[in-house]
Amino acid sequence: MHWESWSAFWDMGGRGFFVWGSYGVSFALIALELYFLYRTRKAVIRRLLRWRAARLEDTGEDA
Amino acid sequence: MRGKNRGMDATPGRRQRWQQGIEARQRAPRSLWRFAAPQQFYPLAGRLAPWFAALAAVLTVVGLYLAFFVAPTDAQQGEVYRIIFLHVPAAWMSMFLYLVMAFWGIVGWVLNTRLSFMMAHALAPTGAIWCFIALWTGALWGRPTWGTYWVWDARLTSQLLLMFLYLGYLALTRAIEDPRRADRAGALLAIVGSINVPIIYFSVQWWNTLHQGASVSLTRAPSMATVMLVTMLIMAFAAWFYSIAVALWRVRTIILERERHTDWVAAELDRLAARERG
Repeated sequence: MHWESWSAFWDMGGRGFFVWGSYGVSFALIALELYFLYRTRKAVIRRLLRWRAARLEDTGEDA
Repeated sequence: MRGKNRGMDATPGRRQRWQQGIEARQRAPRSLWRFAAPQQFYPLAGRLAPWFAALAAVLTVVGLYLAFFVAPTDAQQGEVYRIIFLHVPAAWMSMFLYLVMAFWGIVGWVLNTRLSFMMAHALAPTGAIWCFIALWTGALWGRPTWGTYWVWDARLTSQLLLMFLYLGYLALTRAIEDPRRADRAGALLAIVGSINVPIIYFSVQWWNTLHQGASVSLTRAPSMATVMLVTMLIMAFAAWFYSIAVALWRVRTIILERERHTDWVAAELDRLAARERG
């Protein structure tokens, strides 16, 4: 194994802040993007279902 | 109103091109053209996206393992150089996705295909995130190696401009209510802004900058150890497949919204509602 211990791993030769700051923020952003993608899809589907229900009511059409 | 507001469909040239596009698609129903129709592309995107996402996840795990447990300590920079495995793929993707956006913009303008514009919309947020990641990791890498988070040199400034181009695209397309106008305005910004991409790429050659030159190029041997290079390429492929998966998922939602007046979306909504009810 490359590292002598886990604390050496997290320390990154004294540059832990920069290395983990890079990877941490980047992966957090990617997780956020996936979360918002999922949430937006749900919201759009719900809105379109409401929109369609309202339109069917207006025109009296049957689905 | 007259003159200024002649609807787009009323212009003979446009209508003709639109008609030609439809005819081309009808002539070749079995070719890839049929996927230019949102109705055809929607299920295809839904089938493909999970595969790209799975591939991206596997490559990310392998890439991170190599990045932190196999790649050796750098002789000059120590451990902090490991940021490269994130920084370079993110920077590549931010430039590449902008060019792909511009490409779809051109296709949309020339062939009048709605789906092209939707693809451009679907790529923009992901490109903006890669651009931000490139800037952020660059700043955190610059501090310990150059002694500063930021410097106004050619490479960094042009990359910041790319960030503003992405944000400008997102703001512009969301600010215009008529989707067809928004599509075209956004596409134009993407096409004109794409001139910035080669400027970013060659900035380290054209100007004297603090940023190092390319470590990887097609014309000469890479200036880095093989394991580092392989790790970086694996991370780059992970970023690429992730971007494809996310763009496909996002375009599906855009298609539903844009095509909501069609029968097939009505059927799809019924299906989704039924699935939600269990």
